[in-house]
Amino acid sequence: MSDSLSGMPRLDVDSLSKSYGTVQALTDTTFSVDPGEVFGFVGSNGSGKTTTMRIILGVLTADGGEVRWDGQPVDPAVRRRIGYMPEERGLYPKMKVGDQLTYLARLYGLSSADAKDAMTRWTERLGVAERTGDEVQKLSLGNQQRVQLAAALTHSPDLLVLDEPFSGLDPVAVEVMSEVLNEESARGAPVLFSSHQLDLVERLCDRVGIIKNGRMVAVGTLDELRRTDKPQWIVDGPPDDGWLSGVERARLVSREDTRSVVEVDAEGDEQAVLEAALRVGHVREFSPSRPSLADLYRHVVSTEDSEDEGGDR
Amino acid sequence: MKQSAWSMIALVASREIRTRIYSKVFVLTSGLFVLAIVGGGAFFHFFAPDGQNEQTVGVTSEVAAIAPTLETVGDGMDASITTREVSRDDGESQVADGDLDALIDGPLPNVEVVVDDELDSTLRTVITTVVQQEALGEQISALGGDPAEVAQQVAGAEPDVISLDGGEDRDPAQIIAGFVSGILIFIALMGGGQRVAQGVVEEKASRVVELLLATMRPWQLMAGKVLGNIVVGVLEVGIIAAAAVGTAWGFDLLDTSSLAVGTVALWVLVWFLVGFVMYALVLASLAALVSRQEDVGSVISPVIGIMMVPYVIGVSIAPWDPESTLVEVLSYIPFCSPFIMPIRIALGTASTPEVLVSIGFSVVLIPLLIWLAGRIYSGAILRTGARVSLRQALKSDT
Repeated sequence: MSDSLSGMPRLDVDSLSKSYGTVQALTDTTFSVDPGEVFGFVGSNGSGKTTTMRIILGVLTADGGEVRWDGQPVDPAVRRRIGYMPEERGLYPKMKVGDQLTYLARLYGLSSADAKDAMTRWTERLGVAERTGDEVQKLSLGNQQRVQLAAALTHSPDLLVLDEPFSGLDPVAVEVMSEVLNEESARGAPVLFSSHQLDLVERLCDRVGIIKNGRMVAVGTLDELRRTDKPQWIVDGPPDDGWLSGVERARLVSREDTRSVVEVDAEGDEQAVLEAALRVGHVREFSPSRPSLADLYRHVVSTEDSEDEGGDR
Repeated sequence: MKQSAWSMIALVASREIRTRIYSKVFVLTSGLFVLAIVGGGAFFHFFAPDGQNEQTVGVTSEVAAIAPTLETVGDGMDASITTREVSRDDGESQVADGDLDALIDGPLPNVEVVVDDELDSTLRTVITTVVQQEALGEQISALGGDPAEVAQQVAGAEPDVISLDGGEDRDPAQIIAGFVSGILIFIALMGGGQRVAQGVVEEKASRVVELLLATMRPWQLMAGKVLGNIVVGVLEVGIIAAAAVGTAWGFDLLDTSSLAVGTVALWVLVWFLVGFVMYALVLASLAALVSRQEDVGSVISPVIGIMMVPYVIGVSIAPWDPESTLVEVLSYIPFCSPFIMPIRIALGTASTPEVLVSIGFSVVLIPLLIWLAGRIYSGAILRTGARVSLRQALKSDT
């Protein structure tokens, strides 16, 4: 997808560092989001996602590093072209939905008439059109979230930065939100969002970044993340544990009934595994293991977990 | 798409103004104030014992000569006396009907006064004075003197009053105006200041500030909020002052007073403006330190306490003793002067140069306040959670 839209600007987050007092929140955080790309930003609470997003928005200042848009450091003019959904939802509780969206759109530079049009368009698109005359605090949390998304979209941003846009949404709202993110990326805008719902990230994102304790520990497409030095294969057939004992450069990772997951040292070593399996009986399935994002995430995050305690950032 | 700082400030300010003046509270309180002022004026006009004692007196042809003197002497005693010439019989029936307050019949100087029930005490004094003068005049003529010359001599004999206090007679209208100005400014500054503080915390507590600051700099947001609330405050005070001036003029309440109510109202507005700019900046920056509405009180209460001091001194001492040294000194000190100088102005004890010097002291301080408030606000507004200390806010680089 990124190739067809290569003429449009991309977002580069380059070597960001930030500390709060003695707590190091970000260390050399680097990734980029291409035009038209949906980038999923995952990591446990306090790992640095919100800090990174706030720095992109200029709400926080980094201690070091740089955020670039179209190769240039992000300045206030560029920031105003970002559609932002903060982690802690922020709307005036006692202001009417319509007035509020129009006001925010005007802050982003729309004329009064354009702001009103955009407000009408987006409240309709997101299914809250009939609530524009109500105060925000009278809406359900899910509907407040739709309004919050509308607030990020009314000015047709060139880039979307959404902090946990899916949290607290019902399944219908999740669908609407997903469609909108896809539409916005199809328009060419880089879309960066964070989420703990890894199945959603897996479904929606072109690329994923996993952050841990302020460091990016993995960035890439899901297939790139799956590609490891030691490939894993699924073997369905052999009835007991003994069949693999004679095979070198291969280890049994797990087994459930007749289904075994085997890790080999290198590409090509799986052939010996298949031969060994065939030797003891029928093989019903022999395939490369494709771990889900949840599996990959668990793997990445658990590897060094014993060594550190995450600061709550 | 690029917007100037001013247009951002204007957008923020106009939201503040619209949110406030469309609110029920604003319409209700302003309406009530205006109603109270106009109602109070009307009450004084129609029901209060009028200083002007109006009497209609009938005179028969025998005593018609003293009619002009009666009116003149009456004026001197705050009694407006109207005379008309009637016959004895008509006069008596008009007194009985209540059309006349009294009927005077000759011969001079031993007149008869016919009243329905009782003779008004002022009127009695006036009539007595006049007929005594007539008697005196007759005697002087009888002794060969000139009554007019004697009268002139008598009129010239007046005591010279030397007041050791130096105090001049205070007009009650001036005292009331001073008192009301002091209270009005206090209420308006207190209300407006708290609104600014709550508005700042509302944005911080609801986190909408993060969205706002993605589009503008913190100082622009703060400037817009302060500016919007200034407009609202001036509007509020202006409505009340206009109601007061209109009521005073409309009901002729100040006919005999030396109070220049229009000028005082204008100065009240100016002083409100000066005070509000200063207090709003201080309160906005302090409010940015806390994240919850419940904590606003604790962070702004020292300032509210500071406001109380000049206010209490202002309304409890200044109207009765505007030349006290304490009052005069405080009327020059920034943050105190807005509460006290308007009272001195209402009482007519502050000269224009004095007022301008005092305004100058405050205005000079405003740029410094803007800078300091801007730093504190910018340093604290995005730090949610525990209360931010002033030192942390000033040190912050974000």
